[in-house]
Amino acid sequence: MSYSTHRRGKRAIALATAAFALGATLVGCSSDAGGRGNADDIEAALQEESTITVWAWAPAVEKIAEAFEEKYPKITVNVENVGTGNDQYTKLQNAIKAGSGAPDVAQIEYYALPQFVLSESLVDLNQYGFGDLEDKFTASTWNSMSMDGKLYGLPQDSGPMAMFYRKDVFDKYGIEIPETWDDYIAAGKTIHEADPNSYITSDTGDAGFTTSMIWQAGGHPYSVDGTNVGINFQDEGSKKWADTWNELVENDLLAPTGSWTDEWFRGLSDGTIATLIIGAWMPGNLEGQAPEGAGDWRVAPMPQYEAGDTATAENGGSGDAVLEQSDNKAVAAAFVKFMNAEEDGTSISIDMGGFPSTTADLQSDEFLNYESDYFGGQQINKVLSEAADNVVEGWQYAPFQVYANSIYADTVGQSYANHSDLNEGLKAWQKAQEKYGAEQGFTITD
Amino acid sequence: MTSAQTLSTRPVRRDRRDWTGWTFVGPFMIVFALVFIAPVIYSIYLSFFQDQLVGGNSFVWFDNYAQALGDPKFWDALGRVTLFLVVQVPIMLVLALAAAMAIDSARLHFSGVFRISIFLPYAVPAVVATLMWGFIYGDRFGLVGNINDAFGISIPDPLSNSWILLAIGNIVTWEFVGYNMLIFYAALRVIPTELYEAAELDGAGAFRVIRSIKLPSIKGAVVIATIFSIIGSFQLFNEPNILQTIAPNAISSYFTPNMYAYNLSFAGQQYNYSAAIAIIMGLATMIIAYVVQLSGSRKDA
Repeated sequence: MSYSTHRRGKRAIALATAAFALGATLVGCSSDAGGRGNADDIEAALQEESTITVWAWAPAVEKIAEAFEEKYPKITVNVENVGTGNDQYTKLQNAIKAGSGAPDVAQIEYYALPQFVLSESLVDLNQYGFGDLEDKFTASTWNSMSMDGKLYGLPQDSGPMAMFYRKDVFDKYGIEIPETWDDYIAAGKTIHEADPNSYITSDTGDAGFTTSMIWQAGGHPYSVDGTNVGINFQDEGSKKWADTWNELVENDLLAPTGSWTDEWFRGLSDGTIATLIIGAWMPGNLEGQAPEGAGDWRVAPMPQYEAGDTATAENGGSGDAVLEQSDNKAVAAAFVKFMNAEEDGTSISIDMGGFPSTTADLQSDEFLNYESDYFGGQQINKVLSEAADNVVEGWQYAPFQVYANSIYADTVGQSYANHSDLNEGLKAWQKAQEKYGAEQGFTITD
Repeated sequence: MTSAQTLSTRPVRRDRRDWTGWTFVGPFMIVFALVFIAPVIYSIYLSFFQDQLVGGNSFVWFDNYAQALGDPKFWDALGRVTLFLVVQVPIMLVLALAAAMAIDSARLHFSGVFRISIFLPYAVPAVVATLMWGFIYGDRFGLVGNINDAFGISIPDPLSNSWILLAIGNIVTWEFVGYNMLIFYAALRVIPTELYEAAELDGAGAFRVIRSIKLPSIKGAVVIATIFSIIGSFQLFNEPNILQTIAPNAISSYFTPNMYAYNLSFAGQQYNYSAAIAIIMGLATMIIAYVVQLSGSRKDA
């Protein structure tokens, strides 16, 4: 807010409302210019001069586009980074509402996909025979991209969860790698009692983390069938996670540091945040933003509720979808396939730090035997690749997950802020989502 | 203009007014209509609809307005900015007034340096200022954390639920004291020096001069600054929205009315409802600004 704009106060409000509203009137003119196609169309289309636009934030996409252009010289690929995650979804949603302006291909995180499926803005890639590619991908990522027998894109990367920990901190306090969450909580107490500035991990409440943790605990808070949406954040799995994590929240055992902040990376650098339970895409971020932690970090499987279990969940990760608005669906589909299912594309992705969702890459010797200097020479991909195999099946996100996540801090976040029972926060979150769902015309089931 | 003039020049003036006048005003009117009137009308139009993710668009008359007026989140947001206004605006304006008086008193050495340094924060973009204060407020690695460590004290976390509004008030005050000071200072500079000479002859002291000459003379400027600040408070958005990334649990998605409208439309795709809220806020701001202006000029009379 700047006071120079206050003079134009009403104008500013009106402009703002109008700006985001502008998109809304033009609804209804969704085009089908590209028509239905099949696998043969792709080969033909690739031999003709054409241009496609790709909205993606993953750094590798630019390079993959260059490789694609080299292979198919008649095609021009424009890669645009219009913002990461939410920022891009807002623009995408506006373009879909407006009926024009959407790219041919968009990177969409797994949790946000159902929202775009609902508005029928994504192309079913089965028509190009992409259904046969199923064997190439891990079950969890493939399932994230397919709904009701339709395939809405190909998985780009994945984030099976693991525990990243500071070996130096564990050694200092004589802590064994925790096998169960009970061990983990005990380790948290040991660390915080020894040094009040140190914590087992940081968590100020994060919707993606919460849903992933409930996923690991076997919870199914969302049951979605078309426009029927059931929400239950008090099912067995959700409660199991909340009751466990309460031990850390209520006893002040979590570093009060928001993720991705400057303070967070400093904590990861100096060891005052001793572990992270996070997706397998984290190593690159650690190397880049917490360079002082080099040599001290290690990776271990995620702690379990019962010793001997191996359950894990997906945390983050995204796929690439072809938009219904595209005039060049065949080429768009070809690019999605090149990027995610052909070695020319996936190898670039992996080189640039993306964690693959393709089983061949996950099982390749080169990948598994890679020794990370940052992780003290540990073959981290062996641990992470195993995690990819152990993702609990059957998880669903809500078809309005982007909005649900945006109000997470209003509800569950308050439990974190007050160091009080997470179950209460989860109930409030559920209630707010049910209200929104009903307002948006969904049938909310019990 | 008198009716006699109008009558005597009628045949010539009419032609000229119709064409020449519009040529001058035309370009402005077109831009004005496009960027000001059209969006307002369009927002009002939008606010009468409800577009659902499932079920599509329907005309709902005043439902969105009724919903907003019965929405506890909206009232919560409005209450918060009102509290902010009642506390922060007087503090900021008194500080600005004191600074302007000090610089105008001619008793200050290097008054130019003071003027610039108090004004400087206003030249810092609000986004940068908020990020900077965000670092300062950090109680682990920020300045607050450093002070706690150095003196072995424990300053309450400025980014916690109970202190966040104060923390934002501090940022806004820091940003805008200089701006308001400049308005007051400009008003003080145009007071005729004869008044001061007369006061001196009458043996008035410095405080008497402030009370009887300076304050009454810059009343208009005070009213203007108050109106700007009221509008600013109701539009509070940048500071909380940026701080939200580092204090997500302390700043809700409906922390201020503008943030609520923003999140409703951008996260929740409830464009229609958010348009209704924006229009209610616009009206409320207009009414309050008008009341302040009215009461300000009444005392003048």
